[in-house]
Amino acid sequence: MSIDKDTVKHISKLARISLDDKKVDSLSKNLSSIIEFIEKLNELNTEKIVPLTSIIDASLASRKDDVKKENIRDQILKNSPEKNEEFFVVPKVIE
Amino acid sequence: MIDLTKKTLCSLVEGIKKKEFTSEEITISFINNSQKGKKLNTYITANFDKALVHAKNFDKKKNFEGLLSGIPIAVKDLFCTKDVKTTAGSKMLNNFIPTYESTVTTNLWKEGAFLLGKLNCDEFAMGSSNETSFFGNVINPYGDKLIPGGSSGGSASALAANLTPTTIGTDTGGSIRQPASFTGTVGLKPTYGRCSRWGIVAFASSLDQAGPMTQNVEDCALLLQAMSSYDPKDSTSVNVKVDSYKKNLTEKIKGLKIGIPKEYRVENMPDEIDSLWKKGIEFLKDAGAIIKDISLPHTKYALPAYYIVAPAEASSNLARYDGVKYGHRSKGNNLIQMYENTRSEGFGDEVKRRILIGTYVLSSGYYDAYYTKAQKVRQLIKKDFDEAFKDIDAVLTPSTPSSAFKVGEKKNDPISMYLNDVFTVPVNLAGLPAISVPAGHDKNKLPLGLQLIGKNFDEQTILNLALAIQKRANFKKEINEWWKS
Amino acid sequence: MNKKIFDYFIKGEKNKWEVIIGLEVHAQVLSKSKLFSSSSTKFGAEPNTQVSLVDSAFPGMLPVINQFCIDQSVKTGLGLKAKINMHSVFDRKNYFYADLPQGYQISQYKYPIVGEGEVILDMPYGTKNVRIERLHLEQDAGKSIHDLDPENTYVDLNRSGVALMEIVSKPDLRSPDEVSAYVKKLRSIMRYLGTCDGNMQEGSLRADVNVSVRKVGDKGFGTRCEIKNVNSIKFMQMAIEYEARRQIDLLEDNKTISQETRLFDTKKNETRSMRSKEDAHDYRYFPDPDLLPLNLHNDLVEKIKKSLPELPDQKKDRFIKDYSLTSYEANVLVSEKEISEYFEEVIKTSDKKLAKNWIMGDLFASLNEKHISISESLVTANKMAELIDSISSGVISGRTAKEVFEIMKETGEDPKKIIENKGLQQKSDPKELEAIVDKIISDNKDKVAQYKSGKDKLFSFFVGQVMKASDGKANPQLANEILKQKLK
Repeated sequence: MSIDKDTVKHISKLARISLDDKKVDSLSKNLSSIIEFIEKLNELNTEKIVPLTSIIDASLASRKDDVKKENIRDQILKNSPEKNEEFFVVPKVIE
Repeated sequence: MIDLTKKTLCSLVEGIKKKEFTSEEITISFINNSQKGKKLNTYITANFDKALVHAKNFDKKKNFEGLLSGIPIAVKDLFCTKDVKTTAGSKMLNNFIPTYESTVTTNLWKEGAFLLGKLNCDEFAMGSSNETSFFGNVINPYGDKLIPGGSSGGSASALAANLTPTTIGTDTGGSIRQPASFTGTVGLKPTYGRCSRWGIVAFASSLDQAGPMTQNVEDCALLLQAMSSYDPKDSTSVNVKVDSYKKNLTEKIKGLKIGIPKEYRVENMPDEIDSLWKKGIEFLKDAGAIIKDISLPHTKYALPAYYIVAPAEASSNLARYDGVKYGHRSKGNNLIQMYENTRSEGFGDEVKRRILIGTYVLSSGYYDAYYTKAQKVRQLIKKDFDEAFKDIDAVLTPSTPSSAFKVGEKKNDPISMYLNDVFTVPVNLAGLPAISVPAGHDKNKLPLGLQLIGKNFDEQTILNLALAIQKRANFKKEINEWWKS
Repeated sequence: MNKKIFDYFIKGEKNKWEVIIGLEVHAQVLSKSKLFSSSSTKFGAEPNTQVSLVDSAFPGMLPVINQFCIDQSVKTGLGLKAKINMHSVFDRKNYFYADLPQGYQISQYKYPIVGEGEVILDMPYGTKNVRIERLHLEQDAGKSIHDLDPENTYVDLNRSGVALMEIVSKPDLRSPDEVSAYVKKLRSIMRYLGTCDGNMQEGSLRADVNVSVRKVGDKGFGTRCEIKNVNSIKFMQMAIEYEARRQIDLLEDNKTISQETRLFDTKKNETRSMRSKEDAHDYRYFPDPDLLPLNLHNDLVEKIKKSLPELPDQKKDRFIKDYSLTSYEANVLVSEKEISEYFEEVIKTSDKKLAKNWIMGDLFASLNEKHISISESLVTANKMAELIDSISSGVISGRTAKEVFEIMKETGEDPKKIIENKGLQQKSDPKELEAIVDKIISDNKDKVAQYKSGKDKLFSFFVGQVMKASDGKANPQLANEILKQKLK
């Protein structure tokens, strides 16, 4: 199964990564060979097998409904490339 | 004057306690070595000034309570370290300074160690040769044109070149064990859930584990003990008691049953690897182990399954790198453009490849064919091991299908690069612990490692077996320190 | 207008149409902290002050589930008479948006915590069963604020990670009125259970409305459109009306309806397509590898079952039986747990009929006027009971009681005190009243004559005169009796 350029463009849109035509080309080749490699799994009949949902044989641990009263806004905003005192700032979504 | 950088971790810890030397002396030695090691390109961020201050303070207070008292340690740049830049080897996080500390490194500092620096690695832990880092390739001390393995290449190289007394890495498909094999060092991936993942930049959540990378097995046992803990902040952390791995370390492995899986004898396996494997079998026999032939029938499907599951999880884990909260941000006329440019500029090629594959295998229409299928195969691989472990205590295999290869040799062929992990990947899929111990050299005098795979939470057994191999293999590190000139 | 049969059909130019509606209600779980982090969920905080490292998706951060949110979902499921799924899985729903810091939302896709259930509505034309498809737990997103800056969007992550219960109905609803009843009923059940405060102005309850239409008589379902994020019942109703018409117009014009996501524009009162959805979303759901499957213990479910309060439906049945209320009255009195509790408190010591009339009449009017809830009213249950007793025992008349109530609702004073201080006691002394009546009869001889000769309507004149002469305090029944007697 090969991955054509349109598919590459479609997945890159889903993944929010922009690619120029050259990249789309080379990726189409790369990804196709990777898919070919992983399609080796089709040799196996796994109809009756239950997929592994977690490697750990335990149930989900939980915590109590306690509030950690922490206003760490400064810390949270500190690393943001664009912000003001209160908010993260991003370019507008086109509507 | 003894060269402190040539001492093992255990002897340094002992020596400080016995007041043979000070933490400051140790730290200065490793800083000097590190500064001379620039050609290896193992450091992304040096923490030398602060380390020296720590060392001096330690010498004043002299608290010898910890397992690692007074020891400076450089760590893979995947561990978030408070107030010290953490990049994951990526342009995306080139300016990221965490305000928090990972649980594993916190555990180290609690035991008396302190941060020497952050070590280079493949970008977001994706790679097997440390050639995908934004900060340039890492070089193997065994040769100036050789890769050290990956993704914990910086850690392995710095360790082998004595730039740090010990180190920690992460292993998702072999990223600790494979570079350990390529650099003649010891590397252990613990059972999934043994070490906390909190504060480690995530690659593939169901496969990632932090682990020790050390000069020898004794050091490994000590470091593993220091690193491990149950962490309620990590829902995949398992509440199992941390053994005194170092104290209980023994060569007495008589009667232990070792499985030799026939499926690991891969097509075109180099003779050297095969003969090393046979040597390993002899070592263990000599120590009193019983050798059994076993079958792990689904071994050859592990790599394809891994290259579905790991990229799938990674594609989702790396979605948070969008330029909004931290890290690199590119310009864009609107939000979508900003995202697309940021992620295009911030991520390197291998990371992009894996995100795209991951996105593809999860996408509508393909999920069942790929992702569900891979999770079913994962179930089969785990069952293979479960079955085998009914009759044996550990599995012995080579760590890698070759010794360290040249820079650029496999870069353009992703599949050939992925095949490096053929022996290590099944272990991550099954969540089991495994260790690579240096056992010999190839004809070019490059190191080769042997891998021991254990039962869940039975790190003690594989450490003991590795010790037995270490004592008999008599692996000598013969490196001329060419990078110092 | 005969409301006793269902009649919400839309007459198009060519055909008669019915509307099929399904709702996905997002109810914020009443919990102190968020679903997967320990940040506070309090409404109204300063931007980004209730945000942890986990909420803002910093590298290496991991989710840990809040047990109380699990309990609340199970409780809600039981309140919806639904199947509790002992095994459920959390999945990642992957998409990009500024207020979604992880780039995915932790939700439940294939294996939700609660399965099928039902909600029963009381419509004028009978009861209507609305089937519930499922209930699952998921994270809420943060807020994107578009109107503070012309070039940029501001992002506030306070709400990011708050626990939501998504309650999905089957497409059983057939009119805006049914939708209103359904949302109100859901809200009531959750408020009874204490699992969601249902405060739509604060965003605790909002819905995605799925609308399609079909010709009356057709069996299949038409293409549906989803109207996202409607946060008031009124808007839901308006959106449904607009959307149904839009679809009918298209279909009667032989056009097709594209399955799409739409928004309700509250200024223009119309739905419009969300153009920012370039391509349909492919959410690439897969089980969250940072979490393990959720396996519930029987003990937990039993414990929660035992802790359930009496729910609206049961309470309603009991009220009808025990207190001889009509279905309508019972509905009103059980609509809020606090109201039902208030009512039962009042009737412990006072007359049921008066109680229900006063509560549903004057009290509710005062609550509406003041925009407060019954628990905030200064007229507590005790005081209301006292007021009603004063009427029953004849101390004051019903009319005077209204005066007293007016004071009570403003000041919270005891009715007894008000009556005393203002001397409002009813005049019930027959001798006193007889004297008044005698005087009125003697002062109005001509009217008496007219009345006796057949002008029955003049009786009310005399009543009025008695009231006037007694400052309104004459006991009406007694006054009537005396008047009747003396005017024979």
